Amino acid sequence: MSLRSWLLLAPLLALMTFIIGWPLAKTVAVSFTDAKLLGGDVHWLGLANFQRVLAAPAFYEVVWTTIRFVLISVGAEFLLGLLAALLLDQKFHGRGIVRALMILPWALPTVVNATMWRLIYNPDFGAFNALFTQVGLIDAYRSWLGEPGSALYAICLADVWKNFPLVALIALAALQSVPRELRAAAVIDGAGPWSRFRAVILPYLIGPLTVAVVLRIIEAFKVFDIIWVMTRGGPANSTKTISILVYQQAFSFQQAGLGGSIALIMVLISALLIAGYVTILRKQGELK
Amino acid sequence: MSGKVRSLIMQAVIGGGLLAGGQMIGHGASADTTINALFMSQAAYSESDVRAMTADFEKANPGIKVNAEFVPYEGLHDKTTLAQGAGSGYDVVLFDVIWPAEFAENKVLVDVTDKITPEMQKGVLPGAWTTVEYKGHRYGMPWILDTKYLFYNTEILKKAGIAHPPKTWAELEKQAEIIKEKKLVEFPIVWSWAQAEAAICDYTTLVAAYGGKFLDDSGKPAFQTDGGVDALKYMVETTDKGLTNPHSKEYLEEDVRRVFSSGDAAFALNWTYMYNMANGDPKESKIVGKVGVVPAPGIEGKSKASAVNGSMGLGITSTSKHPDEAWKYIVFMTSQKVQNKYAKLSLPIWASSYSDPAVTKGQESLVAAAKQSLGIMFPRPTTPTYQQLSTQLQQAIHTALLKSASPADALQTAADAAGGGL
Repeated sequence: MSLRSWLLLAPLLALMTFIIGWPLAKTVAVSFTDAKLLGGDVHWLGLANFQRVLAAPAFYEVVWTTIRFVLISVGAEFLLGLLAALLLDQKFHGRGIVRALMILPWALPTVVNATMWRLIYNPDFGAFNALFTQVGLIDAYRSWLGEPGSALYAICLADVWKNFPLVALIALAALQSVPRELRAAAVIDGAGPWSRFRAVILPYLIGPLTVAVVLRIIEAFKVFDIIWVMTRGGPANSTKTISILVYQQAFSFQQAGLGGSIALIMVLISALLIAGYVTILRKQGELK
Repeated sequence: MSGKVRSLIMQAVIGGGLLAGGQMIGHGASADTTINALFMSQAAYSESDVRAMTADFEKANPGIKVNAEFVPYEGLHDKTTLAQGAGSGYDVVLFDVIWPAEFAENKVLVDVTDKITPEMQKGVLPGAWTTVEYKGHRYGMPWILDTKYLFYNTEILKKAGIAHPPKTWAELEKQAEIIKEKKLVEFPIVWSWAQAEAAICDYTTLVAAYGGKFLDDSGKPAFQTDGGVDALKYMVETTDKGLTNPHSKEYLEEDVRRVFSSGDAAFALNWTYMYNMANGDPKESKIVGKVGVVPAPGIEGKSKASAVNGSMGLGITSTSKHPDEAWKYIVFMTSQKVQNKYAKLSLPIWASSYSDPAVTKGQESLVAAAKQSLGIMFPRPTTPTYQQLSTQLQQAIHTALLKSASPADALQTAADAAGGGL
């Protein structure tokens, strides 16, 4: 790059360094100390925080919970999003309205969505219990968010409901780019629905879908708000994710140092995911 | 491409909106002093009560504006410390009886020992002062004097042929069994056992009844022995027998109030505020006029009744730029006149109020229960690392309730983890 382009970029670079770099540098610095949120003496601890985190079984439990949340939520969002996109790609009356309606859950703020699902799951007055007892699937009202066996799945469902439209939207956009002649040719050649999907449509979908899924994985990995509102990590820590652990250590317990070190480990994992994302983007660029 | 541009514009608009919103906070009329106060919207005084009191204060003190903010109890502690960590924020904060140790050690609150006048000292119930004290200093004024009482549905008890509410926890269990057998309600007892501080308050009440201790004299965990274990055993046993509403594991105080007010429970443990909402407000309750209240029961040979100290105080933050105005506001909010006027959801801190007919009228049984309960309020441990301890205990309670471990083992794990681990 020429000097001129660097100069033109400089104001933005400075701003970005300040906004992103400074907190990151501060977190790195804090994570090697016993700093408290509310101040007081700070001592250098070296790697002690990281050792303490990596030696704690509780840390691996929250990592596992987070991974389960990511796999279930993103997996279901991918499937549902793809199916919804294929459906909405068909011609039928009222397609425009249905397409617009589908975006609605995604447009809701997460906190609103979480509160709404808490009401739906309410063990005494919730619609979920009413529906399931009335169709005979369960015989008594249950505490969906109060049992470790169901709490995480219940949250996943709420998350899927909110986020599958994003996948569907991206897939739908990709579907529009499938050339009509190609589809028509496949029909004339006598290809069935499955082989048409596999050979004609899928190649156009795969790129955008990978991007959507990787973005969702990065998002889901950081999940905090929906869980905080619905269960606060309970019951018996069965829905406690890494972000909740970071919040608890750094802000509830004011152990900024320890919380910072967990956050940093999380950043490392996120960085790996983002590296994967960038690689995929590059590959797609090369393909084109 | 146009989509991208549109989303960029959207982001800019939203970002700009946030900035504008941020700037608006704290800019009152320039002649006035604006103080920011943080309250909770849960139990005790309702949000509208606090706003009405504040409006009265502003009327009586022209030149001082109060910007009152409300959060759920669960967010109160973190909101306070986060604002403090950021170096600015509230002038007046509501704080729970379990926080003065932490807030004093970390200099969140201002020491107000010298501001308390002899009249205040004399007039306020001696027990109420423990709410705001740490190592002999006072960090605010007690405001909400509260404990958990045993509420009962008089109609259900009558139908079950039970003449008196229970005096011991064993008796409560027996009465609940009768009510369950007669199918008057499916689950006779409802509690607030969500993985939150609410569960600790119920547990503490039982620990007090069983004569247990949280910490020994050297400050080491003692809840994994004797009374501490018995208390958790009682919680597990009533759940196993189907006497406790199994959804209690998900409930906070407001959920308990809703279940009890719908007539779906015979017994409930809850704070003062539930009495007048369940017994006197037809909009909030299906059991108006059928609510009885007594102190939480005791254990034969160990205690006659039990109570947890759930009081809260108002304090000035150390980052406040207007400590004098803040103190004026606190003095007004905690004054006997204001507290007597709003005594329906929270009983006053002032001793003489309890013999004032204006306060006691219509809630005689609550006041009678209060006279006994407030005198025996059992404290949760006073330690700067209370949040960690409480979190470990909440987890232990849930582990035992879900049968992943025995009560003794679950509490032992919590005791081992106290101070270390994650």
